[in-house]
Amino acid sequence: MSRTALIFATILLAAALRASAQDATLDVPKSVVAGTAFSIPTEGSGQATLYIAGPDQVLKRDVQLGQPIAIAAGDLYNAGHYVAVLSSGSASNTAQFDVLPVTQPASISFLARPSRLPVDLQNGITGAVYVFDSYSNLITSPVPVNFQLSVASAPTQTRTVTTNQGAAWTGMNSASKEGNAKFTAMAGGVSATRVINQVPGEPCGLKMSAHKAGDKLNLITDPLKDCTGNAVSDGTIVTFTETWDGGQTTVDVPLKRDVAQAEVPAHMGAHLSVATGTVMGNEIRWEGQE
Amino acid sequence: MGKLLAFVLVAATVGLIIVGTIWPIPSAAAYAGITGPNTSYSAYSAEGAVEDLAHTIGQQNWGRAYSLLNNKSEFTQQQFINDIRGSYPGLRTYASLDTYEAQPLHATDTEADVRLRLRWSTVVGTFLDTRDIHVVKTGERWTPVWPLVKEQRVPPQVIPVNYLRWDVIYRGPGDDWGAQDVEAPHIRIVDMRPVQRAAGVAVLGEVLNEDVVPAFVSVKASLLRKDGSTIATEEAFDKISHLLLPKQVTPFLVMFPNAQLSDVDSIHMDPTSNLVAASADPVVEIQNQKMSQPPYPVFTGDLSNQSGQIVNIAHVLATFYDQGGQLVWVGDQYIDRALQPQTPVPFEIPVPEDLARKVSSERAVVATYTNAAFQ
Repeated sequence: MSRTALIFATILLAAALRASAQDATLDVPKSVVAGTAFSIPTEGSGQATLYIAGPDQVLKRDVQLGQPIAIAAGDLYNAGHYVAVLSSGSASNTAQFDVLPVTQPASISFLARPSRLPVDLQNGITGAVYVFDSYSNLITSPVPVNFQLSVASAPTQTRTVTTNQGAAWTGMNSASKEGNAKFTAMAGGVSATRVINQVPGEPCGLKMSAHKAGDKLNLITDPLKDCTGNAVSDGTIVTFTETWDGGQTTVDVPLKRDVAQAEVPAHMGAHLSVATGTVMGNEIRWEGQE
Repeated sequence: MGKLLAFVLVAATVGLIIVGTIWPIPSAAAYAGITGPNTSYSAYSAEGAVEDLAHTIGQQNWGRAYSLLNNKSEFTQQQFINDIRGSYPGLRTYASLDTYEAQPLHATDTEADVRLRLRWSTVVGTFLDTRDIHVVKTGERWTPVWPLVKEQRVPPQVIPVNYLRWDVIYRGPGDDWGAQDVEAPHIRIVDMRPVQRAAGVAVLGEVLNEDVVPAFVSVKASLLRKDGSTIATEEAFDKISHLLLPKQVTPFLVMFPNAQLSDVDSIHMDPTSNLVAASADPVVEIQNQKMSQPPYPVFTGDLSNQSGQIVNIAHVLATFYDQGGQLVWVGDQYIDRALQPQTPVPFEIPVPEDLARKVSSERAVVATYTNAAFQ
């Protein structure tokens, strides 16, 4: 008798527990903001376990059915899609919800390319910004980003671009004067700055002169400038070539203090030329004096 | 039949080994370190005396080599060593004698002239040192008169140089992933052309550093079939001047051994550049450039170091163009001696005879390697 009664009672208890767990519904908000506190109401009675799984984060809580489950501030901070499972015995209920990024930017990643470019280039500078919240979630809601390119010699260029899925980008022109430019991106009070090195462009009007120096010719260029008047960078290679009947002399010399100079053997009637990169300069026929 | 052939081959091999051991050729004997009465050189013939000297030089037994000379009174042993190995560290300093060859030119009972060709091996290939040696008979023995080429020495002086150098601060390990690094130099292939040679396909070209900073450049090329598959990928290795200063141009040559141009549909070029710290000096002038015509076409000239710094190794790269300005060939030569300031050193770059007929103009550049630790 007692054995039969014990089996019967066990079956009843299991059925009751199952029924109570099935009754426990999981009413999770559809979306919560990352890092904020929220609660999940429960129904029914008895003990259960709550599991919350999402991007790079899993929570496990023992809960008393019938009482709300409190998720404290900062417990869920990775933005993304989450699944909540309330498990009691063999019964379980699931719900899905989203954790959204905080709308206030806390940091930005600013990619500015290139770090070095010639002057006077239209849309030569590209800036791309990714906006993140305080939990390093990409803020996918639209955020206005202000780009500023400032140089000492020209007015500041400004563009405002609204982010699309967390990113915003723009193109800027390089200034006509060489020098470092500050490229700044600002979003929601957060800013990042990169330095863009604006360097002289292709040499313009390469010109040399020849002077007799003993049994040699001293070849020297005029101060070398680009087409917008910037002095070409020191170290730029200038090639002098002397061709005469039956022979040739070449020398690659670096520009120093804006000029390049070299000494070559003096051959009467020699043809002298100068070039740098793919830019040709003037030519001289040496007839004893220029 | 098979057994008989095997026996014949084994017998022939054994026979040749015995012949080679008993009567070795001089350079092979030298290579094997064999000396003695059975080797063909001896001081009892002019040729033998020169071969003995060459063998001793190959062993770097400088004391004995110097003692073999007839004209020891004209220079010191150190000057003799400097003549062979260079006064300043260069390719010669680290070279080893690969082979040598003594060729009699003229002989009487008491005097003879022998041409000695010393082929030295280095990490960048071999170079030939040819000396015409006068040999005189003293008693029963022949002794070589070493034709010492005294290196020109620059008098002590101060050469002022406005030193120009680029240094680079690269991105550190703690920088944010979005923080920019220093931009790699912008380079461009300004000319490229494949040429079929007997040894395979050669891809010639020129690279320009368009930037305002120095670049370490490399060029890789891939030959592609019509279906897009790769036949082979090769790199220019040392057939290029790797360090390019701003606006400098270097030729390059990428060799594909055993490849056929007829199999190639397209060529994929992959030039790469890295920003490196570099110096604008030394400046090397290339004087008296001349192209001699077939049957022995060579491009010759003199390198003149315009700086006060000694250049340990110089590498000349020459580009040859036809009348239309199109690339014909790229040749190169390493200079085996260090370049002293203001002291011309000749170079000679052979040009394939069939291509030399098309050459209308040339352009040469010099890559230099200077190591302060050498000096």
